[in-house]
Amino acid sequence: MRSLLLARRLTSDNIVSLGLTLNNARIDYAGHTLFRDLTARLDAGSWTALLGRSGCGKSSLLRLLAGLEMPDHHQLELHTDDGRPLVGRIAWMAQQDLLLPWRRVLDNLCLGDDLHRRPRNVARARELLSAVGLEGREHSWPDALSGGQRQRVALARTLYQEAPVVMMDEPFSAVDAITRLELHDLASRLLDGRTVLMVTHDPLEALRLADQLLVLRPDAREGYGAVLDRLPGLSPPRPVPLDTPALQQAQAELIARLRDPNEAFIPAAAEVNA
Amino acid sequence: MKRLHALRHLLISTCVLLGLWQLVIVITEVPPYILPAPRAVAEALIHQAPSLAHHAGITFTEILAGLVLGILLGLGTALALAFIPRLRRTLLPMLLISQVIPLFAIAPLLVLWLGYDMLSKVVMATLIIYFPVASTGYDGLRQTRQGWLDLAQTLGASPWRLLIHIQLPAALPSLASGMRMAATAAPIGAIIGEWAGASQGLGYLMLNANARMEIDLMFAALLVLVAFSLLLYFSIDALLRKLMPWHRDSLTRLN
Repeated sequence: MRSLLLARRLTSDNIVSLGLTLNNARIDYAGHTLFRDLTARLDAGSWTALLGRSGCGKSSLLRLLAGLEMPDHHQLELHTDDGRPLVGRIAWMAQQDLLLPWRRVLDNLCLGDDLHRRPRNVARARELLSAVGLEGREHSWPDALSGGQRQRVALARTLYQEAPVVMMDEPFSAVDAITRLELHDLASRLLDGRTVLMVTHDPLEALRLADQLLVLRPDAREGYGAVLDRLPGLSPPRPVPLDTPALQQAQAELIARLRDPNEAFIPAAAEVNA
Repeated sequence: MKRLHALRHLLISTCVLLGLWQLVIVITEVPPYILPAPRAVAEALIHQAPSLAHHAGITFTEILAGLVLGILLGLGTALALAFIPRLRRTLLPMLLISQVIPLFAIAPLLVLWLGYDMLSKVVMATLIIYFPVASTGYDGLRQTRQGWLDLAQTLGASPWRLLIHIQLPAALPSLASGMRMAATAAPIGAIIGEWAGASQGLGYLMLNANARMEIDLMFAALLVLVAFSLLLYFSIDALLRKLMPWHRDSLTRLN
């Protein structure tokens, strides 16, 4: 209970919500167009899940938005609600925890401070560690932690950055099922108020956490790559409890859509038949 | 406790070796000018101690100077290769050539150019150390995990801070294996240099003792060299472990 209250206080301080609009996103990879003319809106403080089959370009789209190194030709028009550039206002979380093994837990949290030579906020780092249930592990080496614990440290590091936008690439896919559900609760609570974009393979995860779902699916037109479908998320609370009847139904539909996007997507199927 | 244990093992294996050595002499009745008995070598060690100490001092200085220079040059090359792509095309082939030229072949040349003094031996030791350090350092710097680079990029790290906080520490395990190799190779460089032409040093002493059939002295010099090389290796190993308390090797030791 104490950590719950703590978490509420931690997430509300200093974060100004920031919405994003992207237009004309395009990536060409090895001579093929992964996608072109993609448009999406990430509302301030909302959680968006990005889904799609392997190799359709989900992670590439996320990297493009995060401004990370891209091997091939790409373009993007990105507008922030406050009109200022997004650079430096993103927190990045990947499938691997990306903890630096030569830094103890607390030093990993404060990596950003050291990279910018600014003073650390040790009190806040400690608060965040206890919020993710790792009180007293400040001075452990990452290699001495379990996979779930490491990912919780990664979550704490992401929160410590105080970035209004959080981009996550399959952040919970490397841990076991139960740990994953626990991480959902934790992440949903602690990331409240931030604009989150999360790539995931797990339909259940997407439905429990996200306010909107973006599904990247192959375009029927040759050479156009993938297009983006937008689906609304389930109604709150977050994360959606596992025993919610609507969750099971929505999961079945989402899986069907991912399996055969053209058939499940009625308007497109109608067009093809006509 | 662990250390004492390791020391005891070292002592036991030394005793076994000495026993075998004595056994070979007793069985084959080989004359002392071919293979001296352990006792004769021990006597040579004691009686010739001042001379051995003098020559060993020279050789150890050469080895240590070569080690420091080789590691610095190797590190510099690794950094240049990793961060100046344009240099790579010219520097990489040169690095390879420097390694495929047999050291034995250029030893006389180095002595001719740089003289009979310590300089030519220091350069020999430097050359032999340079390659493993440069190549393992370059490998380590090149293979920084992409995820760490991504994270640093979103955190807005400058190239210099990225190097200090992420790329160099990430390269350390690879570099460490290069340094361990260097520590065992360094004595070879110095000794070859002394064989090619010198007026002092353990290599010179051994060559001289050999020519005068003082095989016991030669063995004594060899023992001193081996002891120093072992000491050098274990010191560097301990230093590297100190530098990487987080590394698997060190962690498993603690557990």
